[in-house]
Amino acid sequence: MQLTDQHRDYWQKNLRITAFLLSIWFVVTFVMAYFARELATINFFGWPLSFYMAAQGSLIIYVLIIGFYAMYMRKLDIEHGVDEGEEA
Amino acid sequence: MSQTFNQQLKKYYSIYTGGFIGFVVLLGIAEQMGTPRAYLGYAFLVATILLYATIGIMSRTLDVAEYYVAGRKVPAMFNGMATGADWMSAASFIGMAGGLYLQGFDGLAFIMGWTGGYCLVALFLAPYLRKFGQFTIPDFLGARYGGNFVRSIGVFAAILVSFVYVVAQIYGVGLITSRFTGLEFAMGVIVGLMGILVCSFLGGMKAVTWTQVAQYIILIVAYMIPVVWLSVKQTGIPIPQLVYGGVLEKVTGLEKKLTVDPKELEVRKIFADRAKTAGEKLKAGAETSYNADKAALVAKVDELKAAPTPDSAAIQAAEKAVDSFPKDVKAYEGQLKGQQGAAGRAAPPLPHGTPFVGTGKTDEEKQKSSDNKRNNFLALVFCLMVGTAALPHILMRYYTTPSVHEARISVFWSLFFIFLLYFSAPALAVLVKFDIYSNVVGKAFADLPQWVNSWQAVDKSLLSIVDINKDGIVQLAEIVIGQDIIVLATPEIAGLPYVISGLVAAGGLAAALSTADGLLLTIANALSHDVYYKMINPDATTARRITISKVLLLVVAMVAAYVTAQKPGDILFLVGAAFSLAASAFFPALVLGVFWKRANKPAAVLGMIIGLGVTMYYMLRTYPFFTNMGVPKMPLWFDILPIGSGVFGVAAGMAVMVIVSLVTKAPDQATQDLVEHVRYPSIKGDKMDTAGAAG
Repeated sequence: MQLTDQHRDYWQKNLRITAFLLSIWFVVTFVMAYFARELATINFFGWPLSFYMAAQGSLIIYVLIIGFYAMYMRKLDIEHGVDEGEEA
Repeated sequence: MSQTFNQQLKKYYSIYTGGFIGFVVLLGIAEQMGTPRAYLGYAFLVATILLYATIGIMSRTLDVAEYYVAGRKVPAMFNGMATGADWMSAASFIGMAGGLYLQGFDGLAFIMGWTGGYCLVALFLAPYLRKFGQFTIPDFLGARYGGNFVRSIGVFAAILVSFVYVVAQIYGVGLITSRFTGLEFAMGVIVGLMGILVCSFLGGMKAVTWTQVAQYIILIVAYMIPVVWLSVKQTGIPIPQLVYGGVLEKVTGLEKKLTVDPKELEVRKIFADRAKTAGEKLKAGAETSYNADKAALVAKVDELKAAPTPDSAAIQAAEKAVDSFPKDVKAYEGQLKGQQGAAGRAAPPLPHGTPFVGTGKTDEEKQKSSDNKRNNFLALVFCLMVGTAALPHILMRYYTTPSVHEARISVFWSLFFIFLLYFSAPALAVLVKFDIYSNVVGKAFADLPQWVNSWQAVDKSLLSIVDINKDGIVQLAEIVIGQDIIVLATPEIAGLPYVISGLVAAGGLAAALSTADGLLLTIANALSHDVYYKMINPDATTARRITISKVLLLVVAMVAAYVTAQKPGDILFLVGAAFSLAASAFFPALVLGVFWKRANKPAAVLGMIIGLGVTMYYMLRTYPFFTNMGVPKMPLWFDILPIGSGVFGVAAGMAVMVIVSLVTKAPDQATQDLVEHVRYPSIKGDKMDTAGAAG
């Protein structure tokens, strides 16, 4: 199997977006939870901010992360000619 | 072709959903006409199990690819629903809102942990496993690291994890069936087991998938109706997730009031005093205190009788006290220990919205205990997330989509469908808490809502309210509430008819059955495919492979039911243990297998064994279930509770894999090609066909 520059470029971009989305995941999950006591003093539409983030906000961001990744990678697949075509 | 298939599925499941709602409405009418409640319970139980059986029979198959991976034609959205049902267990459906009710902010670790893990599934695993495209997780480990030894470790870990988890599910099935039909627990387990087997037995993954979609629909409808109704009742708005912030503020206000309420303080003081006296008596020796207490009571009777003008009412009361005194020292000691253990009830109400509430006498102690809670929260979230991305029965689902792209989309749908329930649970907990704080606390015992009395009659461990300070009014400190009641009683709290309670039970059953289905199939497949076909008899015909798988499925189900009937440990710990074990056994090997070509066989072998070993060791030495059986106890590491033991296992597994890989030889070219192969959805001229090789 011969990999071209285009393939390597695809994988690099994949790694970059993975790292980027993973860092959002990390901040939303662990950094927010670590500072939960400090963030609890901020009122967010009735919720303490840390409670809202843990109960709902982080979940919404997780769903968005995965949705964005799927769409971004679809585009990347096609641009780099590694997509599976219409009927895989 | 796939487009029309998708359209057809949508049509079938719409008709099915409509039919199911019609069925609930019919039962509602039957209830109004006076049908007894037990019959409604049976109707739900029988109808849903028949339904799952029908889907199972319609999807029966003898084709290997259909049996193991549903023919790889499950569209993303439907795979998402099936994963949702596969994922959400009895613990999520019945226990989670209750856990949040009792633990407040700290319980949210489960909400974050059980959803955020899908980010790891999406970014690290699903697309690559789909490209690899065989049947099981040990398949991937075997191909990537080479050899049957790695595969065997994978098989062992997959079975261990799934078995621990399936016992928790069958337990839930038995609990729900017995509670709503009055059957014995063991009978409930058997009835539930038949419901599980009938679909996985006939049609393997194909039948399980289509049944799980049906089960998802039932469970989400059953969860949403009571929450929405309760929200309308309290806020006038049918979208609880948007508006319960206001309710939380009110709950916080009530908490502050209840913390300083004189009557509450009075009850809490009674508990504190009782615990203190009980502690002193135990210290003095149970037998001595028993004799002293008994003698005092008898002396009181004699004294009253000897009085110049005997008060007959007082004498009767004193004699009653002698009669109700524990019959022997053991019972007496039990009572004292109970009172001592209830010291927690002397604590003020937990502030629901405050993270990591510290306890202790000095500010320093409080700060330390709060930091401790934070660390455990982070550890638990980590274990649940990484465990999610390592549970074989979930990862297996991403083998069933038609393409890599669909696998990615499918993770999105999976989390979306799971999210619907998980972001409602915290709202439900707050709404129920508000209802109890405002409609139960402060009411006279004579005017309690109907649901309180009926649930007290069902099971004292779920709900019990005793007038401790004898003022005829309910104080918060007088209420003992079990975690499971929150979801089960919500329909009644919201003032909905009994038929909705039946629906909730059916939803809980769907959640438990669907998870158990996926898990049993994982175990049976690991044995039949990985052990029998790949290691023992590679020449087996497809018919024989499927027969073996079915026989194993029955055997595993029987063993699991037998173990469940012994009621081992508590459900929450079993579930937590499964996540920590899965995380430390699989996560490092799977992720490094895709992202690091240098990772090699000795590293995988050692990494998996040491990762799993560390987690198991920590659990054995720290979890009371084992230490009470005689395993020597050891102090906690960094104060992390046993449920978070995966933190150590994953870290150890990762570290070992990296170090061992670097000091040993790089994997051969064929393995490196395999890694390249799974990284790209499709490469022109790529001759490798891992999926086809599985035949």
